Amino acid sequence: MATERRAEVLSATDVGRALTRVSHEVVERNSGVSSLVLVGMQRGGVWIAEQIARSISSFEGQFEVPVGSIDVSMYRDDIALRPVIPAAVTDIPVDITGKTVVLVDDVLFTGRTVRAALDALLDHGRPRAVQLAVLVDRGHRELPIRPDFVGKNIPTHVSDEVDASLQGVFVASVALDANKRAAS
Amino acid sequence: MKHLLSIDELTVEQLTALLDLTDHMVEISSRPVPKVPALRGRTVASVFFEDSTRTRLSFETAAKRLSADTMTFNVGTSSVNKGESLRDTIETLSAMGVDAFVVRHKSSGVPHMVTEWTDASVINAGDGWHQHPTQALLDCHTVTRSFGTGNDLTGRTVAIVGDVKHSRVARSNVRAFTMLGADVVLVAPRTLLPPEFIDWPIRAVDSLDEVISDIDVLYLLRMQRERMDAALVPSLGEYSARFGLTRQRADRLKSDALVLHPGPMNRGVEIVVDPADLPGSRILDQVRTGVSARMSVLYTVLSGGSVPPAGGAE
Repeated sequence: MATERRAEVLSATDVGRALTRVSHEVVERNSGVSSLVLVGMQRGGVWIAEQIARSISSFEGQFEVPVGSIDVSMYRDDIALRPVIPAAVTDIPVDITGKTVVLVDDVLFTGRTVRAALDALLDHGRPRAVQLAVLVDRGHRELPIRPDFVGKNIPTHVSDEVDASLQGVFVASVALDANKRAAS
Repeated sequence: MKHLLSIDELTVEQLTALLDLTDHMVEISSRPVPKVPALRGRTVASVFFEDSTRTRLSFETAAKRLSADTMTFNVGTSSVNKGESLRDTIETLSAMGVDAFVVRHKSSGVPHMVTEWTDASVINAGDGWHQHPTQALLDCHTVTRSFGTGNDLTGRTVAIVGDVKHSRVARSNVRAFTMLGADVVLVAPRTLLPPEFIDWPIRAVDSLDEVISDIDVLYLLRMQRERMDAALVPSLGEYSARFGLTRQRADRLKSDALVLHPGPMNRGVEIVVDPADLPGSRILDQVRTGVSARMSVLYTVLSGGSVPPAGGAE
């Protein structure tokens, strides 16, 4: 049987601070916010994109950064393995052509979801640049993808489960039995 | 779900999952580039042994929006004219590598037979008087999204009017609308009611005027002149006078009642008013939704992307 150990890696306050810093970095890197669009990846990235947009408008004089969401289930390379998320929608409120799009996700792992999101995004227009912001980078990339803005780097085991929300970031280490470990 | 042969085979959960996935596909269809790579590398063959415009083109558009390759089999120009049997035709196409067959045939049960001759998925695009499941799916989507009550039609009354006996659309829709909680009432002359309707959980009346002001959805069926081998109605004019949607009847509809028709319309027979003059007409929405509903079906049978049922009964 699997035994589980769940550890808090970031508290709710830490998450807030990390996202505030990331928000500043996004503005700094792009020398302002005039051509910026934030796109949260369904589902975990959507609240983070909204949070970043809120903090940017709080220190950039109420400037509203457009926020969208993108669902990548139709673009995945492992389509048969995952169910489509019901009610997860793609909603990009502005034309992204010529804009700088910041893709936002909660946890960066293999990079495959980001790869799918890039394909999905390019069907909506031709951004001037695409950047990637994540709350947690847990390593184990399978594709040549790196984030531009990271809330926290957390070394993990491949079989760990990372759960990120406003309440904090938790890592559940599962001590698997021999069969399961061989399968994973 | 490997095949879609009949609404009867679906559970309520599978039906509502297909409707929810259709929302996804509606969003994709509304994009500037309405195409996703989901079914890249899969091949969908349309095998239509009966005339069709909207269903065949709708399936092909759906397949293309999901990046599947499509093959169209035209009976008129095929080796069927040299005497090749249906089974040999299917086996030949299967050998070329087909992942899904979309089958229409004038005989009930043909799509079911096709599943025994191929490992590919089979989607019923209409078989005889039996079933037309994707039509029911697009109709349910059109109706539920117009009312905006999720997938629930409890408390709504749907009147299906016309030639129920010869209608696969009616058979699929009675089942689908009932599964979503609607009350279904059939409106037809006795001669156009099928004998089996007594077993259906619905009622039947033989006058449209009796129900017209109480219903939420008016579903007009096409008078199938090509299937009329007996004198089941005295004349089309008389049918129209009793069951057609005339101006007077349209004025008696509830203000938020919807009018649907599966097409092709016989103007002047089952629909006398111009549908463009009916605020409740959803006839073009049905065609639009048809593509998305069929994307939902193709994706579900070909991706294995829906959650497998417990026990893996496939």
